[in-house]
Amino acid sequence: MTIRLAHYLRMNHMPHMWCPGSGIGIIVKGILTAFDELSINKNDLAFISGIGCTSRAPGYLDMYTLHTTHGRALSFATGVKFSRPDKNVVVISGDGDSTAIGGNHLIHACRRNIDITMIIVNNNIYGMTGGQYSPTTPTGAKAATSPWGNADHPFDVSALCKAAGATYVARAHVGSGVQLQRLIKGGLEHKGFAVIEVLSNCHTQYGRRNRLADPIDLINDVAKKTVNVRQAVKMSEEELEGKYVVGLIHKDESRKEYCEAYDEVIKRATASR
Amino acid sequence: MQKVLTGNQSAAWGAMCAQAQVVSAYPITPQTTIIEELADLVAKGLLDAKFIKVESEHSAMAGCIGAQATGARTFTATSSQGLALMHEELHWAALARLPIVMADVNRAMAPGWSIWTDQNDSLSQRDTGWLQFYCESNQEVLDTVIQAYKIAESVDLPVMLVLDAFFLSHTYEAVEIPGQEATRKYLPPYKPSIYLDVKDPHAFGGIVPQDVYMEFRYKMQVAMNEALDVSVKADEDYKAMFGRGYGVIEQYRMDDADTILVTSGTVASTTRAVIDDMKAKGQSVGMLKMKMLRPFPADLVREALEGRKRVAVLDRNICPGMGGIWSQEIRNALYHTPESKRPDVYGYIVGLGGRDVTPEVIEKIALDVQERPIKDGEQVWIGLKE
Repeated sequence: MTIRLAHYLRMNHMPHMWCPGSGIGIIVKGILTAFDELSINKNDLAFISGIGCTSRAPGYLDMYTLHTTHGRALSFATGVKFSRPDKNVVVISGDGDSTAIGGNHLIHACRRNIDITMIIVNNNIYGMTGGQYSPTTPTGAKAATSPWGNADHPFDVSALCKAAGATYVARAHVGSGVQLQRLIKGGLEHKGFAVIEVLSNCHTQYGRRNRLADPIDLINDVAKKTVNVRQAVKMSEEELEGKYVVGLIHKDESRKEYCEAYDEVIKRATASR
Repeated sequence: MQKVLTGNQSAAWGAMCAQAQVVSAYPITPQTTIIEELADLVAKGLLDAKFIKVESEHSAMAGCIGAQATGARTFTATSSQGLALMHEELHWAALARLPIVMADVNRAMAPGWSIWTDQNDSLSQRDTGWLQFYCESNQEVLDTVIQAYKIAESVDLPVMLVLDAFFLSHTYEAVEIPGQEATRKYLPPYKPSIYLDVKDPHAFGGIVPQDVYMEFRYKMQVAMNEALDVSVKADEDYKAMFGRGYGVIEQYRMDDADTILVTSGTVASTTRAVIDDMKAKGQSVGMLKMKMLRPFPADLVREALEGRKRVAVLDRNICPGMGGIWSQEIRNALYHTPESKRPDVYGYIVGLGGRDVTPEVIEKIALDVQERPIKDGEQVWIGLKE
């Protein structure tokens, strides 16, 4: 049997350890398909993770990979991109990794507009450590650390990134693989900091505690809450309450990319000598 | 009350007995089930505490520091990378003289990534001003949490108790739980001398000029010295009340043994069986279990080891460029022992990254040390692959 995209995979590391039915498979396939469609050579790719279920991806992908510390993937990635601006730098991170322990790095990467593509797998929970509530767990939802319901108010990750200055912000969900691939591809093509927030399903840790133990049920539950960005503009704030806007949320090509902006400063500094 | 608990649950139930008032924590494998158990105990009303799940370990310790400064008894737990991330706040907690209690589940540092046990995470925090206790059983974990508050609040210094990843954290054992009422007789409610109080305002964390900084540190060192006797007494009092005591060090069948194995953590319990077995075969061996790392019980160690022929220190950790950390501490303690009574100290590196330290490994060390010529500072790595 030939496996499509196998040239991007470390096949000797298969089978993977992700839960059957987890949306992360769809997401990784979306990423690899985007690489393939853009004909990106794997030797020109640096693929970086922090900690969590997403951090298994660098183990399975056959390219330059870094599995870094919790929350710091973007800091490592900034170092990689700054020293090798010719390479495509892609980060994969979960909601806990990118918006809790690594939240500070996320907003500053957005602000700098460095040319990194950031895939945020938002499954509303810390999956790998056993289902503790994260900054995107809905208020009232049950988690290992909120057995009687979560008191916190969740982040709107895409809105956060847009507000912090990311120049490409998109949201997709794992029930819509084609849109997901298209948005990742757009992020890779974008010169600047691109965030693709992917609504995923952790039926194992989130679903089971919230009456959505079946992966299909959970994916459908997420899909039901999504509204396309074209529809959303016609909807009132009340109508959008509790909905996730999906599609290309924000794109700004007017701002300078960080590595280029830095080079210009150096050019100015050396010219004035 | 007796319950079948994991090491992690035992830590949580210890904090429950001690009536911790604020728990501030962040998940990390293999610590997570401690805070899950606490979240559950709080939610069920068995522990009247506030549970804060923060956004990183750094914030977890900062949360404890803030809460403790208001006069609340606090608890947290972490492991490995999480403990390393806390490092700045560990110094803060100790230098601010806040008697916070924390459980650290020993887990190896990355890279390469490992979730399995070794002691490098906690031993790297040796110089932060925290007391450290290494536990051998789930019962000892629970009892040590309660004792830790007694000690911490007596000397105004934070205490870290340490348990091995998986070998303790995730294995079950019948554990006696004293409960809150009985514990209160041993550990009265926390009454800090200085805390954030609007009726009697203080400033915390101000800048300290050169002419007084040293005095603050000196006072801390004095408190650390006192902490040794306080810890010994806290354990004795606990034993008098609950029938269980551990000592800050324990001499296991050392009587007149020539060869002493020095251990800590769960390796100690495996070593007990090896010692029994070897003694039955006529070998002159015994074990010194180290429970306390800071303050280092140097006098007690010296007393226990003087006059022995040789000491093999089993270090489940490595300080690159120097060797096993316990072996450095033991050598240091023996420096002033007259040469005629000073044993040779051998360092053995074992079980890093969770590699099993089996009875065979321990027996091999006990035999090897009797044949090996002493070489200055040599570290013997056990079970290395070619």
